[in-house]
Parts: sequence; C-alpha cells; structure tokens
Amino acid sequence: MVGNRLETVPSQRKQGKLSGIFAQFGVPIFFTVLCVASIIVSDLDINYLIGELLSRLGRNLFIVLSLLIPVTAGIGLNFGIVVGAMSGQIALIIITFLQLKGLLGFVTAMAVSVPISVLFGYIVGSIFNKAKGREMITGMIMGFFANGVYQLLFLMLIGTLIPVNMNSPVAQQIMLSNGVGLRNTIDLSNIYYSLDNVFAKLFNWNGIIWTDSLGPWRVPLGAFFMSLLLCILITFLMKTKLGQNFRAIGQDMAIAEVSGIKVDKVRITAVIYSTVLAAWGQLIFLQNLGSLNTFNAHEQVGMFSVAALLVGGASVKRANIWNAIAGVLLFHTLFVVSPLAGQKLFGEPQIGEWFRQLISYSVIAVALAMHAIQNRKR
Amino acid sequence: MPEELVLQLQGIGKSFFGTTVLRNVNLSVKPGEIHALVGENGAGKSTLMNILFGMPVIKDTGGFEGQVVFDGNAVKMESPRQAMELGIGMVHQEFMLLPGFTATENIKLNREITTKNPVSAIFGKDFEKLDIKHMREDSRAAISKLGLSIEDWVTVAGLPVGYKQFIEIAREIDKKNVKLLVLDEPTAVLTETEADKLLDAMKKLAASGIAMLFITHRLDEVLAVADNITILRDGEVVASMPRADAKVERIAEIMVGRSIERTALPKRVKEPTDDDVIVTINDLRVNMIGENVKGVDLRIRRGEILGIGGLAGHGKVGIANGVMGLFGSSGTVTKDGRTIKLNNPYEALSSKMAFVSEDRRGTGLLLEDTIELNMAMTAMQVQNRYLRPGLFNPLRLADPKAIREYALKMIEDLDIRCTGPTQQVRRLSGGNQQKVCLARAFALEPELMWVSEPTRGIDVGAKELVLDELVNLNRSLGMTIVMTSSELAELRKICDRIAIVYEGRVAGVLSPEASDVEFGMMMAGETLKGKGVKVQ
Repeated sequence: MVGNRLETVPSQRKQGKLSGIFAQFGVPIFFTVLCVASIIVSDLDINYLIGELLSRLGRNLFIVLSLLIPVTAGIGLNFGIVVGAMSGQIALIIITFLQLKGLLGFVTAMAVSVPISVLFGYIVGSIFNKAKGREMITGMIMGFFANGVYQLLFLMLIGTLIPVNMNSPVAQQIMLSNGVGLRNTIDLSNIYYSLDNVFAKLFNWNGIIWTDSLGPWRVPLGAFFMSLLLCILITFLMKTKLGQNFRAIGQDMAIAEVSGIKVDKVRITAVIYSTVLAAWGQLIFLQNLGSLNTFNAHEQVGMFSVAALLVGGASVKRANIWNAIAGVLLFHTLFVVSPLAGQKLFGEPQIGEWFRQLISYSVIAVALAMHAIQNRKR
Repeated sequence: MPEELVLQLQGIGKSFFGTTVLRNVNLSVKPGEIHALVGENGAGKSTLMNILFGMPVIKDTGGFEGQVVFDGNAVKMESPRQAMELGIGMVHQEFMLLPGFTATENIKLNREITTKNPVSAIFGKDFEKLDIKHMREDSRAAISKLGLSIEDWVTVAGLPVGYKQFIEIAREIDKKNVKLLVLDEPTAVLTETEADKLLDAMKKLAASGIAMLFITHRLDEVLAVADNITILRDGEVVASMPRADAKVERIAEIMVGRSIERTALPKRVKEPTDDDVIVTINDLRVNMIGENVKGVDLRIRRGEILGIGGLAGHGKVGIANGVMGLFGSSGTVTKDGRTIKLNNPYEALSSKMAFVSEDRRGTGLLLEDTIELNMAMTAMQVQNRYLRPGLFNPLRLADPKAIREYALKMIEDLDIRCTGPTQQVRRLSGGNQQKVCLARAFALEPELMWVSEPTRGIDVGAKELVLDELVNLNRSLGMTIVMTSSELAELRKICDRIAIVYEGRVAGVLSPEASDVEFGMMMAGETLKGKGVKVQ
C-alpha cells in the first residue's frame, strides 16, 4: 500500500438507483397513487379538494411538525403529544373562562399552555428515560392515562374542588347545569379563526394587500405563517449545539454519554419541545375548528399525526419537514376523498372511510415492524 | 517526586459478584511516558481501565477499592465526563463512534466549535450554531498529526475498521487538555501496516508530552514503543520493568505463567486430498460492506484445516458469513453433492455446518443469557437436542440436566474462567466469550466448522488453547475446519492449506511452508496480472 493512506476498501456497494428511490419514497408514492385514483373515482370538484386541503394543512401541519425533534433524538414517534394537546386544551378552557377574545385570547392561550406543557413534557420525558427503547408504547399508554386524569379534572373536580361561579354567563355556557363538570362541547367562537386570518385583520388597509382568500379558496395564512416559522426554527435548531446533541443521542445513547453529553437531560428537553409544540399545534387546530369537543378532541391527535408523518415517508428513525408536509397533504386528501370514493364505488361512504382507516393504521403497523426488523439486523 | 507523575494507581481492587478481578494494583505513569499494560484476557486490564475512566459499570456494581491519584490530586472517578475533564482520553476496544456522523462530527462530538447568534444570546449556549468550517480544520489537523490522510467529511458507518480506529484516536488527541491517553488494544483490528503507523503516531504524541497507557496483546509492539511495562495476571501485578530489561519470551512467560512451546502437529491416518471434497464453492458473491466477496471459487477437502487469509477489507471474512447465510449472497455452494440454499442460516446449520462468528458480541452470543444456554441454543434450535422427549418437537421443553452437563464439560475442557454455567455471558471477558462461542459450535457436532478470527482479542495462552482445540477436533473427530484469520502466523501454524483473498477473490492457495515473500506478494495482489494496487 502506498504512502500514508490506509488500505482501500474494494469498491463500495452500488445499489440500483431506482430501487433506492423506492425504498426511501415507497410509502408516499403508494399513497399518491391511491389519492389520485380515489380522486378520479370520486369525481370530486378539484376546487373543493384544494380548499379543504389548504385548510387542513394549516390546521394539522404544526402538530405533525412537533413530532420531528423526538424522532431525531432517537425517542421515536412521540405518541405523548396527546398530553401536549391536552395542555393546549386546558389553556383554551382557561381563556374561555377569562373571556379573552380574538388574537389576544389566542396568544394568551399559547402563553398559558407553555408552563403546563413544559411540566407535562418533563414528566413524560422522565418516564421515557425510565423506559428507554419502549418510548412509543409508553407514550401511547401515557396518553390514555393522562386522558383519565384530564376527565377527572374536567368532569369531577371542576365545580367541586375548583370553585366556579355558576351565576356568570360563561359558566352557564360551558359548565353542566348541575354545576359540576364541563359540557361535552365548548363553543370557541371567541377565538374562531383568530390566527388564521390574523393578516387579513391586522393589515387590511385597502382590502387588497392582505386577504385570506386566494381565488375561490380561503387560505389560513396565519397558521401557514406559524408553520413556516416552526420549519425555520427546526432547521435552525438542527444546526446548533443542541441539535447536534439530539442527533448524537438519536444514534447511540451509550456513546453520547461517554462523550459527556447528558443524555437523559437532552432527551427530556426533546420531549418538552415536542409537548409545547403539540400544545400550540392543538390550539391552531382548534381555533380553525371553532369548537372544542371537550373530552375527545385530543384522543386521535397522536395516531393521526403519527400516521400523517409516516405516510409522508418518514420512519421511526428519520423524519424531516418535507415528510411532514407531504404526509399531511396525502393523509388528508384520503380523509376527504375516501368516503366519496366509497360512495361512488359501493354506494356506501362507510366503506371508503373503513378503507382509509385500514390503510392509515397499516402504515403505522408496517412502519413499526420495519423499525423492529432494522433494529434486529443491527 | 509524586508531582512529576501524571497518574498513580494505589492499591486498586475490584470484585464483581463475589469474584475478585483486581487485587492491590499499583501503577504510575510519568508525562510523555508510554506505559504498556499486558496480561491475558480476564487478567483485569479492561476492568482497570473502566475504573480509570469512571465507567458506570463500576459504580453500578459497587465501586472499587484503593485510590486514583491524577496530576498529584486524589480523585474519585465517578463518571466518564469527570475523567475527560481531568484530561484522560480513552480509545476504547469497541468503537465509540456514531455511525451516522461524519469523521469530523465524531472527532468533535460534544466539543463542537460554535458561534454566537441572536438566539443564543437570549436562550443560552445550547443554541449557538456549529462552526463546521473550523471543526473540519481542527479534525484535519488531528488526523494529520497521526500522519494520515483520511477524508474528514465522510460518514463513519461504511468505513473499514482501520479508519475507525484512527478517527477514534484523532478524537482523543484533538482534546486540548489531554494529559493521559488510554489505548485499549488499539492494534487488535488493524493490519500490520496500519499498526505500524499507529505506533509511529504514538511515539510522536509521547514526544509532545502526552502520557499513554497502552494495552495490547502484541508483545513486539510493546517492545517497539513502551518505556515501561506492567504485567497483570489474574488481577494482580506480577511484574513491572523498563523496556531495557524486557524480552518477548520473558513477558510472555510471566504473563501466561507457563512457557509456550511449539509442537509439530499430529499426523492423520489418511491425509485429505482433492479426490474427496466436502464443499465446493462456485462464484460466491457476498454483499458485506467493507468485506465484499466478488466471485470466490474454492474446494474444501474433507478432513483438512483450510485457512483463509488476506488483508482487512478484501473479503476474507465475507466468505464464511455468506456461506452461512448471514449476509446477502449469490453463487452455488455444494456440500457432499447437495446444493445448499444461500441466504438461509437454518439451511446452512442443518447441513451439518457450524459457524463461529468474528463478531462475537453481535451475532455470536446472546449476551444477556447464561453460558449454558448460549452453548446449547443452536443445537436445541436446529437439531432438537438438549430437549426432553415429547410428542411434538416445537412443544418440547429444554433438558436442563443435559445442558448443564455439556456446559460443565466445556467449561473444564476449554478452561472458561467464570463463576459457573449460569453466569451471564456479558460479564465474561473477551477471550472467555470466544470460548463459549466455540463450545456452541461444538455442540452441533458439525462435519464442517467455519471459524472466523477465533483468536481476535484473545491473549497468548487462550490462543494456544483455542488453536489446540481446533487441531484436536480435526484430528480426533475428523472435523473439517475452515479458519479465517488476520494473523498469518496462526494460519501457518495449524492449517494444511491457506487461501489468500485479494479484492474479493481467491488470489491463490499456498502451503503453510511457503515463504514470507510468497504470502506477502499474494496478499498485496501482485500475482493478479493487470490489477495494480489501487489507492482511494
């Protein structure tokens, strides 16, 4: 061997390019085909679809993005964002009691949700540290458990341990009539669309420059702006020391620990970020909907967000912003289209809905199975 | 004068689960000194290093006795971080590199150079941006200090072990405060040229004032670089001497506690010939990163010990892994006239072949399980042995008595140092783990055994034992053995024929009596016409 070089590796493995692309983007390609087919079958008005997608993208992207940091930090798909969503809802209920309106109300809710979600994130993160390698199932079960606590709080304790003045008009609106527990649905008209049309409201000098409608579609510009901000933040974060720590512990905790990275602390930080972002994501989601399904709104958040991210081509170990965006678009196209396709094909919208569920859950199952298999290979 | 010493270990003792592994160890190192620490596997070297580096495993198992004095101050070693802050650098036996990171990122791991920005001004240091440019400059400097040129921005994952070892060392010397560098068998996975470069680099570093604790099995290396030598046996310091007083034979003798003798191999009744071939390999291609096999043709004679040699990265390790179905492969392998399905370990195992992997911690052992279970597992799985009688094979239960009997016999035959057959394999030292791997392969009573790097990371005494056992199996049971090894000397010692692999193909088959020149030429690919030595 010559000079100061080490022995060369006899030429590295070269894989076929096409199969490489398929291995990486197989899932999104499959879903794109499925979406296009469903759109053709359902004979849907494209304008309607685009309008729906714009609103759903604004509504859901933020919370899906909140999953990215834990994936990078090796924690996997953080089903614990359900807890974050709950803290967002707690903040919403608080500002509803305070009767705060519009953007002020929304920003206050964001602020109020921070300490709550930081605390919850810390708890979830600490438990994840006790259950290393089993974070996903732990997070999921913790979501169920937190749901119980949440129900205890808003069905039992409010009105008994937490005193409520039943004479106030707000209390009469959102409390059950016997004075204990919240109603099933809470009207959020106070903050309805407060973020989405923030530009139209704040900068609408002549009614031309800023508007939340683009042609036939209504565009939730505020939510897009927030999501964009988050994308920039995440990109920035990944280039910082903290981001490097996330990536390091995501690869091998033992090695990171030996290099002096405080693994447990960094993991908790990652979960806290994710939880706070999930709380905000839930706020963005609910201000777009305009009403809060008090006891159910958070239940599917973890599942749907994870499914969307996976549909976008992410894996348990690797996920980026583009996976999130593509995933939300594909997943929600199916949401909109599949009942219609079911109606057209079988005369029964439920079949389409069933089909969509079948597919989205099998995507989760396949992703988790792939992860397990890859782990074993190593 | 004590202040002149970088490190002093005073009366260090340690026991794991009632087994004493270290007893009253004293050792001192001066600045700029290369201090060699030699001893058999299981002599307690790794444990001593774990203590010195504050590894959690020590604290978790009840701490240690004695005192560590670093730079004149008594210190309690509680975490690797503390050791690092003091200025102890560690080059681990197992690579401590993040596979998905580039060389630079690994070298600078947790010591990244960062630049301030508005966000970090508010939220603190964690938000400072990485200064990739300066990080790369530093890493290149560290790498070139070792006298090498490795591209600093390639992902570590696919690199051959030699590169990884140097990156690991580059990381340690890049630490500005490093006063003591611990090298735990750094040359074990290197080829000779690589090892020579490493030794040169060590001398250079020592000249710059960094003290080094050098753990190795290769005694000639000890004599080449060490200033002082300490020899451990069974957890105690049995001798320490300056290099001037040391000779290879003497060190080896003290280390093992018995003298090594070379004997001629026993003769067979019938020597293996080309007329009786047990396995024929045609155009075998194996997709094993770093050890690709690109079309190997080989005929293995019944009853022989065939050696497979060659430089690292040329594919010698890939052959056995491919035949046994552990890595994706194509081609044809026929045993006794029957074609063996590739890519299927079960098929390979049930055709009376066994495999001792070079990667004993990864594929060779169930680290969390007991010695006895590890030994019997494959036989239970593939041959339904060590099972109680029953109606349905899948529902039969393990036969603890038979398993224990076999385990005890093997522990005695192979001299496995352990607390008993129920000890967790993870707790064993490298050499003893290797013996468990061998015992597991023996349990299959194979006709053909593939053994990869059986002596890697094993001390002289255990090496002899392993080689003797292989010869014994071959002669007494007529078992055919194919041994892959980086150490030509041991191949030449016990093999009947040695196949040299170059760039994924068999360059030729030599007799063990062939000259050094012939082996050297063949390993460097000189006999392959039109194939010059390529440099990356």
